[in-house]
Amino acid sequence: MKPSNKKDFKNISEQEMRRATIKSLVGFSLGAFGLLAGIKWLVTGSDAAGLSRPLRKILEANRKVAGILYSNKNLAPVFSKEQAVSVPRLNGTIGLESSIDLGGWVLSIQNNGNIRGLNKTSMELTIDEIKKLPKTELTFEFKCIEGWSEISNWGGTKFSDFMRVYGLGGLEADNENKNLTEYVSLETPDEAYYVGLDMESALHPQTLLCYEMNGLPLSSEHGAPLRLIVPSKYGIKSIKRIGKIAFVDQRPSDYWAERGYDFYAGL
Amino acid sequence: MAIRWFHWINFPILALMLWSGLWIYWANDEYSIKAGGKVIVKFFPEWFYEAFNVPFNLAVGMAWHFVFMWIFMLNGFCYVCYTLFSGEWKYLVPGKGSFKNAIKITLHDLGLSKESPSVTKFNGAQQIAYTSIIIFGAGSVITGFAIYKPIQLSWLTSFLGGYQTARLIHFFLALSYVFFFVIHVIQVIRAGWNNFRAMISGIEVISMNELTKENEAQQ
Repeated sequence: MKPSNKKDFKNISEQEMRRATIKSLVGFSLGAFGLLAGIKWLVTGSDAAGLSRPLRKILEANRKVAGILYSNKNLAPVFSKEQAVSVPRLNGTIGLESSIDLGGWVLSIQNNGNIRGLNKTSMELTIDEIKKLPKTELTFEFKCIEGWSEISNWGGTKFSDFMRVYGLGGLEADNENKNLTEYVSLETPDEAYYVGLDMESALHPQTLLCYEMNGLPLSSEHGAPLRLIVPSKYGIKSIKRIGKIAFVDQRPSDYWAERGYDFYAGL
Repeated sequence: MAIRWFHWINFPILALMLWSGLWIYWANDEYSIKAGGKVIVKFFPEWFYEAFNVPFNLAVGMAWHFVFMWIFMLNGFCYVCYTLFSGEWKYLVPGKGSFKNAIKITLHDLGLSKESPSVTKFNGAQQIAYTSIIIFGAGSVITGFAIYKPIQLSWLTSFLGGYQTARLIHFFLALSYVFFFVIHVIQVIRAGWNNFRAMISGIEVISMNELTKENEAQQ
């Protein structure tokens, strides 16, 4: 290829060339300065949750973009039970540090309206009552926000079944979802770990209230007696040892979102 | 003009993507090159992390990564569109002789061959390098999406061989940019100030002396 753009050749003096070079170098300096200023702006105004306000806003905007893709019809790929690891990796003991009396454990539920069949908005359930709900088993690739993943097997009840049976969060038995609350809040009994879940993800057909792992009751360090499994989110949302569930419209506090992570952490 | 913009916008954005990527990778830094059960290269050694202020920045790293990914994608998209519509892709996409030419150039640049290949706007080696870097960029975007939304885009993730495979490819592509950068900078230094000035100012200087020589060569 010979330079075909001969017409572009111009006779220019050394001085003109120098001026052009200086001009572009000044332009570059301005550009670099602008970039630095932009970065500075992005990290200013740190909110209480350990992330700057502009970055947080962009994460929220990203969630809106992801919302275009998001559908409860999109399922996490499932595997056969044999592919699941026998001893799943442990990560995080926040909320599990205090001792627990499994016999005396109850799940406290705070509903937004009256619970089905009851004339009140709150109730307590024992693990045996939860085990009576329709059972679902799931083997999927659990994904940690740190980057590792593992195929693991879980058994419990669909969160949506749990809601439907007791008429929680506005979910009616006939699937009339007119008055659903915006969020579900979940906490460990000692309130040391807490998770906020958007309603759409709570209703995802693979979101489970789990009491079994590999066909056996949950071990203490994996969240006995009851934990959450949300395959459509990073593991930080799959809270262990649930003590309290509340159906609310205000965004609930979330342990890791308060420490700089994205509130949705959706996959 | 446009090319220079895309190039110089891409440089800091890619650097920030690599850096925030390191912040994310650090949280589960499992990759290494092994031979006979022994770790030859660990990604990455402790001193490396400390030099780049990497530890305990996963949350911030993710936020940065998911901000600059938009600019990275937009810039890359604009660059590809521009080269397509302006017709400049003809200079950049390797042709029939590119591979032969590239081998010649590589041998020459490594000092293994004395034969000096003919000078063109972009030589074969450059065509291959500059085109594959675009394909790599697209690969980063695709594998990035596969590990960013592995449930919503599970078809893409499984197409790429699963979540962990996609993560490994994503990491490998990031390394390849560093490799590209090193070679690129060496070649720019070799090409000299005039060439570099051209990439900054858009004006390449050809002295009358060289022009005459070139004309003679053409005749």
